[in-house]
Amino acid sequence: MVKILKKRQLAPQIKMLELDAPEIARKAQPGQFVVVRVNEEGERIPLTVADALPEQGVLVIVFQEVGKSTMLLGTLEEGEAILDLIGPLGKPSEIERFGTVVCVAGGVGTPEIFPVARALKQAGNRVISIIGFRSRELVLMEEKMRAVSDELIVATDDGSYGVKGFVTDVLREVLSRGEKVDRCFAVGPVIMMKMVSLLTKEYGVPTVVSLNPIMLDATGMCGVCRVEVGGETKFACVDGPEFDGHKVNFDQLMARLRTYVNEEKQAVELFLKSRNCGCEKGTVRG
Amino acid sequence: MAKINPKRTPMAEQPADKRRHNFDEVPYGYTPEQAMAEAQRCLQCKKPSCVGGCPVQVDIPGFIREVAQGNFLEAVKVMKRTNVLPAICGRVCPQEVQCEGACILGKKMEPVAIGNLERFVADWEATQPECVMCEIQPATGKKVAVVGAGPAGLTLAGDMRKLGHSVTIFEALHKPGGVLMYGIPEFRLPKAVVEREVNFLLAMGVELKLDYVIGKIKTIDELLNEYDAVFVGTGAGLPLFMGIPGENSLGIYSANEYLTRSNLMKAYLFPKYDTPIVRGKQVAVIGGGNVAMDAARTALRLGAERVVLIYRRSRDEMPARVAEIHHAEEEGVEFQLLTNPVRYIADESGWVKEVECLRMELGEPDASGRRRPVPVPNSEFRIPVDTVVVAIGNSPNPLIPQTTPGLATTKRGTLVVDPNTGKTTKRGVFAGGDIVTGAATVILAMGAGRVAAKAMDEFLRTGVW
Repeated sequence: MVKILKKRQLAPQIKMLELDAPEIARKAQPGQFVVVRVNEEGERIPLTVADALPEQGVLVIVFQEVGKSTMLLGTLEEGEAILDLIGPLGKPSEIERFGTVVCVAGGVGTPEIFPVARALKQAGNRVISIIGFRSRELVLMEEKMRAVSDELIVATDDGSYGVKGFVTDVLREVLSRGEKVDRCFAVGPVIMMKMVSLLTKEYGVPTVVSLNPIMLDATGMCGVCRVEVGGETKFACVDGPEFDGHKVNFDQLMARLRTYVNEEKQAVELFLKSRNCGCEKGTVRG
Repeated sequence: MAKINPKRTPMAEQPADKRRHNFDEVPYGYTPEQAMAEAQRCLQCKKPSCVGGCPVQVDIPGFIREVAQGNFLEAVKVMKRTNVLPAICGRVCPQEVQCEGACILGKKMEPVAIGNLERFVADWEATQPECVMCEIQPATGKKVAVVGAGPAGLTLAGDMRKLGHSVTIFEALHKPGGVLMYGIPEFRLPKAVVEREVNFLLAMGVELKLDYVIGKIKTIDELLNEYDAVFVGTGAGLPLFMGIPGENSLGIYSANEYLTRSNLMKAYLFPKYDTPIVRGKQVAVIGGGNVAMDAARTALRLGAERVVLIYRRSRDEMPARVAEIHHAEEEGVEFQLLTNPVRYIADESGWVKEVECLRMELGEPDASGRRRPVPVPNSEFRIPVDTVVVAIGNSPNPLIPQTTPGLATTKRGTLVVDPNTGKTTKRGVFAGGDIVTGAATVILAMGAGRVAAKAMDEFLRTGVW
């Protein structure tokens, strides 16, 4: 059992948990992920490490309530516990002094790119961060990202905050302003990572994307997370989760993510029905 | 002495048309009377060849003698001296090529049903209020780390604990048992049976740490700082695919994924359990081993209308146990033998809809001694499918070899060990099971755990590597 030390709602449907996990916190590096299982009937949910505080023994995860399992995780309160926490898993980000790097994140990808951006900054890179959201109330971690970036540009799809437009619009502007960019890191929805990769390919900027395929054991045992990279099949859980964005078959990844779309819908409906019991804790907001 | 019945006492089982719709165990087990009758067929050989056929050298005539006389408690005690996992072995060992294959009765009539009796003894104990504890030697003060709670690791853990060492098992998954838990289906090995046998080890004082991925949270070198010896039993967990076009289409599973979803995550109980699994109507299973049979029979139970098992050689070359092939056929699995998939065709959403196959014929024997399958030109044909399970084997999990300097591997990625001791090329580190042999059987892994335990005990006592 792993205790929840702190819980914060960062935006509608986006929550942060600080977990009492000293051993994992000591080992986790930027780019790695953990697997969470809430209870005996629960799924194994892969979640990127949003931060690790080894001296406090704390591991931070941020997640969006998109399905039954993340909704269930979101109902847990401080002082309660999750049944299983496994990690750190996957390969850490390759952190070097590249020169100038652009970190692009969309939505809940922002807390995931935060430790990567921080490590890049600490390694002596000039860090330009572009974070994008649908609208103002969904903006996350702006101050934290600003603290680890030389330049931070916030974009919203509807223009209700920061620059109006998609992160790719902002990225195109950054890439075309003449400054040499040595590397790009992108974390977010698959379609965003695909568009970012297409754009950086035009500009010849090597690009690393962090993939989020369906996972099960997440230790290399099952192969459900297989992704096509440069024509070869890789397992995202052990060979990734980060890959060369210019080589990833994003369309296949998007298709594979839809495998259980019907089952997911069914599970959410049942869950909402079961929680709709009138008591306050049973109410799912958002 | 009464005349020996040439036929073994049959074990009642669920009828095929009923069991193909449920996940309950297929054979029901012996009644005490049936067990005694079967045990009385044993000749009690002075030099029992059955024991030599057993990878963990169970005292077979010893426990059967007690069963024959109705002394079931004594039978348990005899059994536990050499085997702490009898309920598992009684169910999944290939007895026909081991103990029963060596039984002297088998020359003229049916051999003693040793596996059934072993299962009976273990299941009988489970009905008793208290379990029989093993004798545990005084504490030696030595600490042993076991990586992987599968058959090899569990066996070594039990043996080392009996010898008085302190034992901690590190398991990557959230349940102990390894392949016994994620791989072998409920209808062949109920998970409650695995839990019972693991709980027995815990009652002996073995410590179990779940959710520990060694190689990630701790390296073997870090374990060696805390423990006097380490055993690596991490299995052959990396699924192989054929690398043919369309293999990443939706609806195509590795057997590991399919079985892990169903067994470990209990996806067959979705939505009560949260992990989903595709309940395919037209299922193809690729492969001819026990895992392929398990996958095919699971597909039937998940509601498939048609399950086709595609195997590139003929029935004679199938590596699965005869009993498993028989069970699968009885339940309605269709065999497409001498057939090999060449590509998958998907619909517009990316979901697999057909598998294109080639007919094969058998040519000259290959390196494995089996006749090599050769494609018949222009023999392409297609089978409509909505789900495919690829069960063509696994390679060793590379996590430990990759993160442990000084641990030599073979070209196949297995660990190099001395087969007589389980010693790896790194001082203090032993290994056994599928990580050494490549994908094999539960009992061979247990045998390897036993061999390594003996050598590890000697190493801990003498300090000599």
